[in-house]
Amino acid sequence: MPEFPYLPQTEVEIEEMLRAIGVKSIAELFTDIPEKFDVDLSIPASADEFTVLRDLKELSQRNSNLNDLSVFRGGGIYKHFIPSAVQRIAGRGEFLTAYTPYQAEISQGTLQMLFEYQTMISELTGMEVSNSSMYDGASACAEAALMSVRINGKAKILISKAVHPEYIETVKTYCFGGNVHVDEVNFDRKSGQIDLSDLKSKLSDDVSAVIVGYPNFFGVIEDLREVRKAIPENVMMIVSANPTALAILRAPGKLGADIVVGEGQPLGNPPYLGGPGFGFFASKEAYIRKMPGRIIGETKDGEGRTGYVMVLQTREQHIRRNKATSNICSNQAFNVLLASIYMSLVGPKGLQEIARRSYDKAHYLAKRIEKMDKVRPVFTGPFFSEFVVEFKKDLSSFNKKLLKDKILGPLDLGEFRDDMKNHGLICLTEANRNEEIEFFAGRLEELE
Amino acid sequence: MTIFDATVEGRTGFRLPEEKSYGFEPIDVLPEHLLRDSRPELPQVSELQVVRHFTGLSRKNHSVDSGFYPLGSCTMKYNPKLNEEAASFEGFSQLHPYQPEETIQGALELMYNLQNSLCEITGMDDFTLQPAAGAHGELVGMLLVKKYFELKGDTSRKKVIVPDSAHGTNPASAAMAGYDIVEVASNKDGRVDLESLDRLLDESVAAIMLTNPNTVGLFEKDICEIQKMAHDRGALLYYDGANLNAIMGHARPGDMGFDIVHLNLHKTFSTPHGMGGPGSGTVGVKTFLKELLPVPVIDFDGQKYRIVYDLPDSIGKIRSFFGNFGVLVRAYAYIKTMGSDGLKRASEMAVLNANYLRSKLVELIPTAYSGICKHEFVLKGTKLISEYGIRTLDLGKRLLDYGIHPPTVYFPLIVDEAIMIEPTETETKETLDHFAATIATILEEAKENPELLKLAPHTTPVGRLDEATASRKPKTRWSKGS
Repeated sequence: MPEFPYLPQTEVEIEEMLRAIGVKSIAELFTDIPEKFDVDLSIPASADEFTVLRDLKELSQRNSNLNDLSVFRGGGIYKHFIPSAVQRIAGRGEFLTAYTPYQAEISQGTLQMLFEYQTMISELTGMEVSNSSMYDGASACAEAALMSVRINGKAKILISKAVHPEYIETVKTYCFGGNVHVDEVNFDRKSGQIDLSDLKSKLSDDVSAVIVGYPNFFGVIEDLREVRKAIPENVMMIVSANPTALAILRAPGKLGADIVVGEGQPLGNPPYLGGPGFGFFASKEAYIRKMPGRIIGETKDGEGRTGYVMVLQTREQHIRRNKATSNICSNQAFNVLLASIYMSLVGPKGLQEIARRSYDKAHYLAKRIEKMDKVRPVFTGPFFSEFVVEFKKDLSSFNKKLLKDKILGPLDLGEFRDDMKNHGLICLTEANRNEEIEFFAGRLEELE
Repeated sequence: MTIFDATVEGRTGFRLPEEKSYGFEPIDVLPEHLLRDSRPELPQVSELQVVRHFTGLSRKNHSVDSGFYPLGSCTMKYNPKLNEEAASFEGFSQLHPYQPEETIQGALELMYNLQNSLCEITGMDDFTLQPAAGAHGELVGMLLVKKYFELKGDTSRKKVIVPDSAHGTNPASAAMAGYDIVEVASNKDGRVDLESLDRLLDESVAAIMLTNPNTVGLFEKDICEIQKMAHDRGALLYYDGANLNAIMGHARPGDMGFDIVHLNLHKTFSTPHGMGGPGSGTVGVKTFLKELLPVPVIDFDGQKYRIVYDLPDSIGKIRSFFGNFGVLVRAYAYIKTMGSDGLKRASEMAVLNANYLRSKLVELIPTAYSGICKHEFVLKGTKLISEYGIRTLDLGKRLLDYGIHPPTVYFPLIVDEAIMIEPTETETKETLDHFAATIATILEEAKENPELLKLAPHTTPVGRLDEATASRKPKTRWSKGS
């Protein structure tokens, strides 16, 4: 038998333990399993750490990673600068290897961190209450749709076609489960914003909520005030937001949003092929008892010391079972820790600078593109740091050429929508240096 | 003190590169009502302040790295450092989900191989790696059930059967898929009562959700009969893989006749729990359900690994992108390290450790069910009330003073004053001996000074917290001057 660094039992101890149990062999511990189930697993045998790491390193090097690329691609996951301190502190085993904070007295680190995180999300979204995370932006959006149905008992969701397509699909899947109807609302072909007249035409008594992006999938900033005005008071407005953009945009809570969700990855989380990041989820206080997920609250112990606990657990599956507000149990607490450290480091000024700089760079490039022949900006609506352009020729071959220059070019929207062939979604953040932008602009200008 | 209390206006822990601005300002374009009117009140602190604050918080946590964590049904095994090392490779962490296939062949290969390994370990035919957590996997499983019957045109099946000993997520997940829940009772041996099941299992049942070994740590010996009963009546059989750690290399849910399986990679496959997540709740199916899996699926055409979205009967997307890829890397590293021999050994040692600890504790507190257990077992704490006037909760809270995380208490619901213990395979015999000795010490204390337990813990950063008031009028965020 080879030695396993994770298995401490020696042969002598095993004998001793079997004696204490009153059995003669390990096999005797498995006699309750019918013999016919016995199996030899046909996977490779065990290996030492050094071999495994060598093989995995080699596998990882078969990927082109973003550190070696100029990245002009977003679409829901963004490359930002992440201070070294984020990963260095978060990696502490006391965070990484702790369980859900069911035992509050020895989980105050986790609980206080989540409480502080909830405060930061409340600040960014302008909402009164934040939960302590969902799996990702898409599932948070879907859970928001179901929450609106729980609150107002109506079973139809309207979602803008300009919301991230993967979010739309996820909302549909969750609503298939919840027997909720989903109807899509067109976007205005000129502005890229939700088509308000189409929205109004689709309103009916059974509409529970309207979902819009802020900015939307095309990078365009929806005018939430106008959306709110277009829908009756008893229809909820769910906003799926980019948290970085919220540093400079009016908080959705101040424009009449009922629930604000989004993907938290831009806040200090590495892209990781799209996961794990986390979904943030905030709402009006009036709806707190209908919210999914864990919520942390401040309280006192017997001696009057401040402490933190999970509150309103009677909403959750471990207490309420099939009557719970959601089945969610595991969330993305560790990714929330990365975000909390990140937001603490950058602070209000830093986050605003990051947002402003992303805005500045994106608008500069868009302005340059306006003067080009072979590529043109598509939408006129205000945008944050992403914008759609149409190429006169084949975008995918252009992207292949860019990749040779170590540029991850625009996201090809033709892969999402048949009516957007050769449309590219260009993304800039503070991590795009000016010289990269000049180089990329040059490539665009050279297009034939 | 919160990090907000440390704020000093103008302080920061961050600096951007010096770069020339192009002079574009949101204020030039955006209408005023879309511009932020007040700064978000994030902390304003230096980098060292941030480091000290979070280091301080970390010290208030119990964790697997700091001590014994025998939390039943949670499989708090050691989270190998090599997994973290592998997950930190920039060739894994710095990947964009919308990179071209040819630039992420390594990542796709990893996912494809992991799918195949999980198929082999569970005896299933195909896997999706997308679900972000166990409950998410359960939801996917229940949506697969729903879609399956919908495609068959069978609209009469509205119910899902779950045992009364099931995890809370089971009924919650089935309810989210629109099913009515029917509970089947456990028999006096702690297993599914076949007669009750027989009575409940009619044409209106879409699926039965089972955990095997179940939540009291016992193998459902009648699984063959249950399987036959379910399939004869047209229902599907769902396997909650929370307890797979007991049987790797000894039995496979696929061979037991399960149609759908979810695994918690953050339990059996050693990825860290991270204070509650991220997890990964991968789902395996038999071939007849393969076309219904969420998109995308990862495939291999003999030369290239491919991302496939074209699955007309798919339940759709259940989250964005590919799942918690960073967690998948860790689980893959674990499977490579342990291999076929190590996984089997891990399960054997998990069962050995559980039975050894059971044999030591049974002298102190009776078990709810007698005989050999699998990876966990349940004690019945009613004796604590009758003999010492203390509750299971008090015993658990006193353990905190000894630096040990309490077992799962008051679950499963079918055992009064339940104490559910899962030591896992990575703990030493000394740790188990010390735990048993600590329980004995605490019971002595209970005899002499029960108040000591009722007021416990005494040495933790805070004592028992007022949860009732916290929930009545929740204060869920920091605010200035409060």
